[in-house]
Amino acid sequence: MIVELGHFSTVLALICSAMLSIIPLIGAQTNNAHLMDIAKSAARAQFLLVFLGFLALTWAFVTNDFSLTYVASNSNSSLPLGFRISAVWGAHEGSLLLWVLILSIWMAAFTCSNNDMPPKFKARVLAILGIISFGFLIFMLFTSNPFLRNLPSPANGLDLNPLLQDLGLIIHPPLLYAGYVGFSVPFALAIAALLGDGVNPAWARWARPWVLVAWSFLTIGISLGSWWAYYELGWGGWWFWDPVENASFMPWLLGTALVHSLAATEKRNIFKSWTILLAIATFGLSLIGTFLVRSGILTSVHAFATDPTRGVFILAFLTIVIGGALAVFAAKKPQSDPLASDSLAARETFLLTNSIVLSVATATVLLGTLYPLLIDALGRGKMSVGAPYFNSVFIPLMVPLLMLIGFGQTAHWRRDSFKRLFSIAKYPAACAITLAIGAWAMLEGTGAIQAALALLMAFWVIVTTLKNLYLQLSNATKISPVRRALLGQSVAHIGFAVTVIGVTLVSIYSVEKHVRMSPGESIEFSNYQATFDSIKKITGPNYSGVEATFNVTQDEKVIAVLFPQKRNYNAGSQTMTEAGISAGITKDIYIALGEKIDTEDWGVRLNIKPFVRWIWFGAFLMAAGGMIAASDLRFKRLNKNRRPSAQT
Amino acid sequence: MSPRKKKMLTLALAVAGLAIATALILTAFEKNLMYFYSPSEIAMGDAPENRPFRIGGMVVKGSVVREKDTLGVWFNLTDYANERMVYYKGILPDLFREGQGIVAKGGLNETGLFVATEVLAKHDENYMPPEVADALKKSQKYQNSK
Repeated sequence: MIVELGHFSTVLALICSAMLSIIPLIGAQTNNAHLMDIAKSAARAQFLLVFLGFLALTWAFVTNDFSLTYVASNSNSSLPLGFRISAVWGAHEGSLLLWVLILSIWMAAFTCSNNDMPPKFKARVLAILGIISFGFLIFMLFTSNPFLRNLPSPANGLDLNPLLQDLGLIIHPPLLYAGYVGFSVPFALAIAALLGDGVNPAWARWARPWVLVAWSFLTIGISLGSWWAYYELGWGGWWFWDPVENASFMPWLLGTALVHSLAATEKRNIFKSWTILLAIATFGLSLIGTFLVRSGILTSVHAFATDPTRGVFILAFLTIVIGGALAVFAAKKPQSDPLASDSLAARETFLLTNSIVLSVATATVLLGTLYPLLIDALGRGKMSVGAPYFNSVFIPLMVPLLMLIGFGQTAHWRRDSFKRLFSIAKYPAACAITLAIGAWAMLEGTGAIQAALALLMAFWVIVTTLKNLYLQLSNATKISPVRRALLGQSVAHIGFAVTVIGVTLVSIYSVEKHVRMSPGESIEFSNYQATFDSIKKITGPNYSGVEATFNVTQDEKVIAVLFPQKRNYNAGSQTMTEAGISAGITKDIYIALGEKIDTEDWGVRLNIKPFVRWIWFGAFLMAAGGMIAASDLRFKRLNKNRRPSAQT
Repeated sequence: MSPRKKKMLTLALAVAGLAIATALILTAFEKNLMYFYSPSEIAMGDAPENRPFRIGGMVVKGSVVREKDTLGVWFNLTDYANERMVYYKGILPDLFREGQGIVAKGGLNETGLFVATEVLAKHDENYMPPEVADALKKSQKYQNSK
């Protein structure tokens, strides 16, 4: 009964979104305030209805209602409660419901904020978000409905994919979606600006917090996915350039460009067309990502759906939304920008370069991701693009980016000179070089030069960022204090450098060894000695398996005891590897069991992952920086008399 | 610097940057394309000799043989028309088993053995890699038309 109510509620949400897509737009066109006012209540009603639908589906999982096909295929009565709840978004249908729910949350949040926006503008933004939710609700209800019953109900469910029975997977999809879907708000803001009063600094000031928050969520979502893959897939890899990863990485790259381009639009009223295009393209890439992931054309852990109608639907929807957006852009394009700046050394140049580099980077990832699909669609054979392609293209692109961060932060808007920039950069550069030489002396092996150069770049970013922050802090007065935007920017740039350090060291200095061992044996690897101590049987709530004990020693001293597991999940009889990881600031020791060979021997994978945690810690700093910047007071200054806490 | 000159300089910088990037991308791209061949296509001599590629098929039941004392393993892959023997030394994915569809990366040695550097199987019981499904379909059609 509750499930039917949820289903019904979702249908009502569809009707709500249909009204929201049309009525406020008519209101805005005819200047009818009553029609425009409907936007706010319709958006909130839609949120409430989708939320009820989501609760009903969760209820079905909690109470093990296996008469629902979706529950029966993705849950099992022996599944722990926490995983039963996260199983709601464990497969295609439910994750779409989550998509719509998060979109509705963003819409509801938008209705609560930015009271200095003209009502016409607000109505249009909500209507565009309504169109997007309409498309996804239709998609869900007609091609991927999680509420469908299958009577008579089976006695038990098939169980959730064991890979997804994990804390990382409980939080990874909601956060990633919050980012993906969050870029729908800048998209809607961009289209509404084109339809209405155009792009101006006030518009950019409205858009910035939304872009920053969406970007921060996406950053966290991607890095959680990377962290999960690292410990759960049992390979010790943290990024595979898998098409699905690329699908989330492309909106991130363009979103990063958008953050920077928007800054120029707000401060100098320039790059207007470019900012709008970036807002459209970022959301477009989010939709392409959804299409790639959900259509089943990719081979991946994320590709649940194999129903071709779903792919066709998303592709059609993508064409309508992005095609429509580009048509609006073509018709109402902002006037071409006046000359960006008076001097080549001005901050505008650095932001422009940032946009170019990040767009090229996005294009390279897009090429590597889509080309094999294109060739396949043309029937010209099956192929894939290997990780070396992405690495060999991406690394040279990151070098200018890191270089320019150091100068760009200190450069003035409009007019500056390279002489001044160099003189500020002198000491930081010397400092970074000293640090890099120090690091080089400690590094060994054939990759030491590359590693030292990459570290030099990272140190350069950190030192220049700190110096810039110090200069601004010492210039700050009571009347013009240091803005949170600057603080956030500095934290995010340092975070980027921290990630670069992690990526560099783990890429060059990882050690991996596959060996065949039996209990009692020892093996030397790197500077360590790993002893396969023992192996014992274990039983979990819905699995059974074995757990090995490994002692890792260095110079006769035990530095880690690891317990890698091999699990057999009862319901689907799937095998899973749980790696044993000893996490550390400068390195992880990572041991995973392969399979049992003969009676005594096991395949064992030993890894040393230097500085791998820095990758995710840096991402966390970037996200935190984005959030700090989004909380900058100027983004809510005009409505502080009315609702000081309303800003998201 | 006059505004015009400056604009030209900016433009030139952008174009040069883009040109370098494009050159980098295309060379790297060309080098790292990896094609997929089914055992039948390899039997017909389609597969390249000195560049890695991917092979896919079903692991033939009873064909998995372990090397003594190491992690080496031999097995046959089939698309039900032709078979190809594969050698791999390392840890196989959890879902590798006889009768499952898998994809392997590597190349042929002089004797025609496929030496794999990586073996992939997806994380799903009823999974069949799309390439493998496709190859099987093709070889079936081929046999029916014979």
